[in-house]
Amino acid sequence: MTDYTKIDFTELAGMFDDEVVTHSYVRDIPLSAGRTLALVTLDNGRDHTRPNTLGPNTLLEYAATLDRLAERAAAGEIHAVAVTGKPFILAAGADLSKVSQLPNRESGLRIAQLGHFALGKLATVGVPSFAFINGLALGGGVEIGLHADYRTVDASLPALALPEVFLGMIPGWGGATLLPNLIGIENALKIVVENPLKQNRTIKAPDVLELGIADVMFPSVNYLEDSIRWADDVLSGRVKVKRPNEPGKVERLVKWDAAIGIAKKMLQSRIGTVPKSPYAALELLKAAKSGTREEGFAREDEMLADLVSGDQFHASIYAFNLVQKRAKRPAGAPDKALAKPVTKVGVLGAGYMASQFALLFLRRLQVPVIITDLDQERVDKGVAYITGEIDTLLGKGRISPDEANRLKALVHGTTDKSEFADCDWVIEAVFEELSIKQDVFAEIEKVVSPEAVLATNTSSLSVEEIGAKLEHPERVVGFHFFTPVAVMPLIEVVKTSKTDDATLSTAMVTAAKLKKNAVITADTPGFVVNRLLAVLLGEAMRAVDEGTSFETVDQAMAPLGLPMAPSALLDLVGLKVGAHVLDTHHAAFPDRFYRSENLHALADYGTLLEKDDKGKVKGFDKGALKIVAGGTNPSTAEEILTRLEDGLARETRLMLDDEVVAAAEDIDLCMILGAGFPFQMGGLTPYLDRVGASERVFGDTFHHPPVKGVES
Amino acid sequence: MAERADVVFVDGVRTPFGKAGEKGMYWNTRADDLVVKAIVGLLERNPNAPKDQIDDVAIAATTQTGDQGLTIGRSAAILAGLPKSVPGFAIDRMCAGAMTSVAMLAGSIGYGQYRLAIGGGVEHMGHHPMGSGVDPNPRFVAEKMVSEDALVMGATAERIHDRFPHLTKERADRYALGSQQRTASAYEAGKIQQDLVPVAIRTTEGWGLATRDEVMRPETTLEGLAGLKTPFRPHGRVTAGNASGLNDGATAALLASGDAAKEYGLNVKMKLVSYAFAGVDPAIMGIGPVPATEKALRIAGLKMDDIGILEVNEAFAVQVLSLLDHYGIDDDDPRVNPWGGAIAVGHPLASSGVRLMNQLASQFAERPDVRYGITTMCVGLGQGGTMIWENPNYSRKAAKKA
Repeated sequence: MTDYTKIDFTELAGMFDDEVVTHSYVRDIPLSAGRTLALVTLDNGRDHTRPNTLGPNTLLEYAATLDRLAERAAAGEIHAVAVTGKPFILAAGADLSKVSQLPNRESGLRIAQLGHFALGKLATVGVPSFAFINGLALGGGVEIGLHADYRTVDASLPALALPEVFLGMIPGWGGATLLPNLIGIENALKIVVENPLKQNRTIKAPDVLELGIADVMFPSVNYLEDSIRWADDVLSGRVKVKRPNEPGKVERLVKWDAAIGIAKKMLQSRIGTVPKSPYAALELLKAAKSGTREEGFAREDEMLADLVSGDQFHASIYAFNLVQKRAKRPAGAPDKALAKPVTKVGVLGAGYMASQFALLFLRRLQVPVIITDLDQERVDKGVAYITGEIDTLLGKGRISPDEANRLKALVHGTTDKSEFADCDWVIEAVFEELSIKQDVFAEIEKVVSPEAVLATNTSSLSVEEIGAKLEHPERVVGFHFFTPVAVMPLIEVVKTSKTDDATLSTAMVTAAKLKKNAVITADTPGFVVNRLLAVLLGEAMRAVDEGTSFETVDQAMAPLGLPMAPSALLDLVGLKVGAHVLDTHHAAFPDRFYRSENLHALADYGTLLEKDDKGKVKGFDKGALKIVAGGTNPSTAEEILTRLEDGLARETRLMLDDEVVAAAEDIDLCMILGAGFPFQMGGLTPYLDRVGASERVFGDTFHHPPVKGVES
Repeated sequence: MAERADVVFVDGVRTPFGKAGEKGMYWNTRADDLVVKAIVGLLERNPNAPKDQIDDVAIAATTQTGDQGLTIGRSAAILAGLPKSVPGFAIDRMCAGAMTSVAMLAGSIGYGQYRLAIGGGVEHMGHHPMGSGVDPNPRFVAEKMVSEDALVMGATAERIHDRFPHLTKERADRYALGSQQRTASAYEAGKIQQDLVPVAIRTTEGWGLATRDEVMRPETTLEGLAGLKTPFRPHGRVTAGNASGLNDGATAALLASGDAAKEYGLNVKMKLVSYAFAGVDPAIMGIGPVPATEKALRIAGLKMDDIGILEVNEAFAVQVLSLLDHYGIDDDDPRVNPWGGAIAVGHPLASSGVRLMNQLASQFAERPDVRYGITTMCVGLGQGGTMIWENPNYSRKAAKKA
């Protein structure tokens, strides 16, 4: 067992010399019958935009505060201790500002141990302890409360989560041990493993109560007063706390291991075995079934130390910062003040993609949206799709009847292009052929004002060429969505050599209003995401065409931990689209990009994967395998992986040299948001650096220093 | 047709009163939050009152801007979680704000238009110092409509001393001392606390909980009072010791028609007998309770002799004395403010009226020998307000015994 009091944390605290310390203030609150509650308020003195965080200096102050309270408790001066936060925020977890600079595994271990040392004191303060979860509680913020005897939650709590697994860690300040023993193994799996992997899902107060993380919930208006009164009632025995989700003997004997087993299988099928943190969390949750808290904490210490000194954690933090910070301040974006107002949107095309655009613009901008197509029938179909989706939202209670009426009144379909005259934003989603796109823009330019922005969703054509026939090409911009439009968070905003700042700014501001993250790219083939996916699919098809089995190709790329194997990706985007993507990139860069006749043949055949009635993949279609059979020079998995890594490194290097985007970070952001590349890879470039591909291809790394783990 | 109805005071609560200003406990607490907490506390104590049946919420504030703006009765109702179908409005009669909200709601109930209503008031004198943002019409002074003293409450109190020379500073100080002492013993016995709703307060040392009035000075002595400065006149008579201070606080009361109280099983603490407001010369506003009380007694068909308890707002000691003097009541008559008053607990202007009612109601419960009580207060710009209440616990037997 670890004696935390014997560990020296001063060196660690020194590393965080500019920590924004969250202070532990104490005030005595009189209760009934002459009792006193010592109320600890965590407050970093900043407003809610800078949440409380828990760095080493914060934890040491908290520990010292609880030591003093333990003395007062022993002296009979206080009868309970409660911890709460500043307005809207309990604590947003560990201070991660310096964790990527920790020099070695030892310092990671210290962080884990310091958390247990400090947070654990609430459990040994000598009087009943409470956590009043008054606001945002993430990670260590939740764990503060788990060490308390009782918890209340504010009904307006915006979010509670243990996001550690999402960041390549585990809840290692008691969470992995205490939570399953409080709310049962299945609920704990949901909070510790499942939610972090669902785009870092958080839960709100009713779920906090329902799962049993809190014992009681109070409305925001009187939350603290009610919590204090409840604590008083608990102390006086007027309230008895029941915990129906607390695991009993049967759960431990029967359910626990089974639940872990099921979760493990599900993880393996969903995310593969590359990411370490989910499996580490499973291991801790499994072990939490028996033994003492202290043993659990010691396991957490070691596990956390292993993870935070590893590559995946460093890549995850890098990726997290990209998504949290860089995505919000896109590189190269002109002044927002230059953006032109968008008060009416025109959509050229009424097909599936165009209708999805129209719906998104309608919902987010809440301005008139007009759609058009070749004939009234197509237009009507597009409008019907949109109004149908609005009705679905209404049916689900996501919007009110008034809101539904408002949105429906804003959408309009026409074959008369003159009705586009007062649109200040027109986006086209017509057939992917240059002359057609040129013509629709030329036609619409005659109608709209010279300042109206013309945006194209092309994925494979040159944006500049699309605008080549226009009188005002400076208002043309690429606005490349990813499907499904409503879900995928990325838009590649393509700037041509002619695009002016006002247009670019309008595109960036509009993307933000659509609640999308925009990355500015140059007008080069495939922009970022498709160009790199073309490398991936190209290498996959090259290997297949040379005689390697699809299975081997899928296995070869598994070490990346991508959300899906190449075969599944082809199945998702469609074989025709896949073949087309390879063709266009091959046409642009014939010596670097592979084009596959076989893929065209497969596209004509129509099927690659064999599926059961429910759409579950059973294997490869036999007819498809026949089509690709005949190669005589199969590669090994290692060869394929190396070729892929080198190809990606080469293409990424070229894109940066050609200034397709501002920096490697933007490539990574695109791959994370547009292609679902995992955090543990850091998107792409940290991975390429750490596996040596960058070194092999261009004799250097993308990052200096590389984003990777520390020596143990 | 609506039928005329009895009006009853079901219950009233208040926040502890704080000291106004940066050092006061409510400096970091919003005024609207104070009154919202009072309303929430009131409704929690009266779970039988159906929230969706509340016909109106009238909240008074003297300064109706900032965190006391936005039609505070309506905004407080929403913030307190009342159904959106419950309306609300803001009301102002300076110090008699809460009393006026109760009186006007009572009028609506009595005339059969309302059956359940919430009245109250709030004044955060730290956030809204007296007179902040006012722009008095120059005609007041140019045409000598009111003296310049009229807008300085302490100066109007000095004028009472002028008019009634026998109401000396010594008598005022002695009265003030009594108020502190009576409040202290009422606190000791837990009488005041029963109608307080605790308020979580944010301070630089973390969250705390306001559970007591902040400005009480039980250690007050006559000698101490005698030595205080007279800020309104050199060698004057009005001091910080014989006047109420500058305070933050809020009150809320639940009113009902007699039959609504019966229907919902609400406890009745007081029955309304009559109310009246009256005007006097603004320069000597403190005597306002005299004509208001005369009028209210006349309407009720009662005499001062019929009144067993007087809850008089102690804006200034001399102003209380002027009322007592008018009726020939002794300065230390036990019927007057038996649990102390504003000199000890404070006077957050527009909220105070309901505090008087809360204390009268609690005393009614203990005093079945008392049939009638009065709540009365003076009002800036020369007004007074009085409400006369009947004790539902009154019994002849108890009265005879006493």
